[in-house]
Amino acid sequence: MKKIQRGTLIFGIGIIVVFVAIQLLVQFKILNSFWFTIIRLGAVMAIVSLGLNLIYGFNGQFSLGQWAFYAIGAYASADATYRWTQLHSALGILVLLFAVVLSGLGILLIGRWISRIRGMDALSQFALYLIAIALLTWMALLVAKTLDAPVTALLNAIPPNISLQIVFFLSIILAGLIAAEVSFLFGLPVLTLGSDYFGIATLGLTIIVKVLLDNSDTMLGFPEMKGARGMIGIPKITTWFWVFSFLVLAIVITRNLLLSSYGRAIISVREDEVAAKAMGIDIAFYKNLTFVIGSFFAGAAGALYAHINGFLHPNTFNFIKSFDPLIIVVFGGLGSVTGTVAASFAWALVLEGFLRLWLPQGFETWRFVVYPLLLLIMMLLKPNGLLGSYEIAYLRDHIPSLRKKDKAQIQPPSTYPTAATDAQEVKS
Amino acid sequence: MMTVATAAPSATLNNNNAPVLSVQNLSKEFGGLKAVYNFNLELAEHSLIGLIGPNGAGKTTVFNMITGIYVPTTGSIKLYGEEISNLEPHKINHLGIARTFQNIRLFSNLTVLDNVRIAYHTHAGYSLYDSILRSKKYSTRERELTEKAQDFLEVFRLEDRQTEIAKNLPYGEQRRLEIARALAANPKLLLLDEPAAGMNPAETVDLMNLIHFIRDKFNLTILLIEHQMRVVMGICEGITVMDFGEVIARGTPKDIQSNPRVIEAYLGPGAAALSEKFKRKKNQ
Repeated sequence: MKKIQRGTLIFGIGIIVVFVAIQLLVQFKILNSFWFTIIRLGAVMAIVSLGLNLIYGFNGQFSLGQWAFYAIGAYASADATYRWTQLHSALGILVLLFAVVLSGLGILLIGRWISRIRGMDALSQFALYLIAIALLTWMALLVAKTLDAPVTALLNAIPPNISLQIVFFLSIILAGLIAAEVSFLFGLPVLTLGSDYFGIATLGLTIIVKVLLDNSDTMLGFPEMKGARGMIGIPKITTWFWVFSFLVLAIVITRNLLLSSYGRAIISVREDEVAAKAMGIDIAFYKNLTFVIGSFFAGAAGALYAHINGFLHPNTFNFIKSFDPLIIVVFGGLGSVTGTVAASFAWALVLEGFLRLWLPQGFETWRFVVYPLLLLIMMLLKPNGLLGSYEIAYLRDHIPSLRKKDKAQIQPPSTYPTAATDAQEVKS
Repeated sequence: MMTVATAAPSATLNNNNAPVLSVQNLSKEFGGLKAVYNFNLELAEHSLIGLIGPNGAGKTTVFNMITGIYVPTTGSIKLYGEEISNLEPHKINHLGIARTFQNIRLFSNLTVLDNVRIAYHTHAGYSLYDSILRSKKYSTRERELTEKAQDFLEVFRLEDRQTEIAKNLPYGEQRRLEIARALAANPKLLLLDEPAAGMNPAETVDLMNLIHFIRDKFNLTILLIEHQMRVVMGICEGITVMDFGEVIARGTPKDIQSNPRVIEAYLGPGAAALSEKFKRKKNQ
């Protein structure tokens, strides 16, 4: 009944074509595993960068914490699938599930309660949430332990292939949610800081997460994560289907969010906080909302990344690498979804792909010279990024043209008192 | 002070006895500096009042306190009898106060239409889930909202500019857009901070007409800060004069023009006597 917009149609056809084309190339082994990994990596980076683009490009909050949420998502989901495949226990996924769901409910309830009390400062809110979440996580652990045996039996009853996919899918979503919840908690006190200070604070978070992962076997008590030696034995089950569907999902969610009243409120915070406040926009809420959604993307992308190589090392989540999504976002154009996706694939293909192959043996490290140079040239020639603020038709806002309407309803400007008479009035 | 928000603007707005805005003993100190001291103001329904004074008199500080950007050191601000001085800015906006800024603060990288649509945000009427899932509610409400914004732009003669980026508009149109955006939030009280700043005489006259027009059309109460005496004397029904954070005079434009304290505040001590002398000479 409703006419589908042309942009949407082209986008729909486009994603099907891209999906089928790459799937076929992989199926017939035209694309070797090296390039296949790179393409999946590009898609994962695109999801991370879309999240960061929401936070930095659209909401104007300079964040270096995206990589921390990426790490949290990667390790959380890897642990769940590892326990399922290697230890044959559903405990990992169950703890994750109950922790996320219970904490989520706790956050919602406390949030509702707090909104009725005026004047509670961010730090006391933070403390309240933290205590609640700690308690709920502990409860989740108890619940999960009691449910472990029956659920494991249940999952064992279905074919192992399918049960693994179920666990994997759940772990991606839960990884995203746990990253979102951590970001909510972290953002509560930190988002009240100004933009630059917020950047520093998020950098701090990335370093904290990296150090915790370095010591995950001792400090956190996850021996299977093996700390600084790197986690092995994660099933390699991130197929093209999974990354691509999540990428499309991320694009659609971003687009639907941005082209709504909520998206406009998010962007208005970037444009002018004081004016946004005066226009009735609760800027603290929107900063937090964007941060949470952006981190959800990072967490889900981390989960997908963990299952590409089947190997995770804390060095991957070094803060130096946290600049990668930032560079992608700036390179692709701050505030351009199309640009971010394009730049992510370009980043993966060029930096990890072509340059690695083309540079002579022993010169691979030179990619980190070539790539900043490319970036420099780019910033000099096109400071707005690769695509500036260009968007494909699907992602653009379609403003309807003005309607013909009876002029009586709204006073047309011609009925203003004429300028001349009024000017005389003023003089007299 | 921790009071539970009982924000029911529709109920309180019908209360005709209370003045639209009543400011009592308002003070603001920045460290040792008394930016505003013992400021009182009462705005009757549908009035158009000017707030004038030399630079640094504290006019914009008063605006910032009324709109919640600053928390007053002491004093109370009541909108239709309801205390608002401890509310956050966005809540004050929801209760019906909108403002423009001295130095234009548009969402400069957004289109003209989006600038107005942002102001409708509180009345959007659909949830986050509606927008992400593109529900039917989303599409109908979004269409209504866009049409309403377009109507609004038409009132302000900006309808042909709807897809233009706000920062590319000429100065006069940016001012108009800012007023349009403020009004889109459907306020009862509009605060205009130097709306005629930087305008040429023709644009100024245009603006004065516009202010009169919107007051009648949207049934507004308007408080405006202005340095161009032509505007203040031309359209304001009452004037409050501030100097060094204190109110030094109140009255009709005529009274204010001849008030010695006002003249001294603007032209320096002794100026009033001089002007008196000058007038007498002229009369002789």
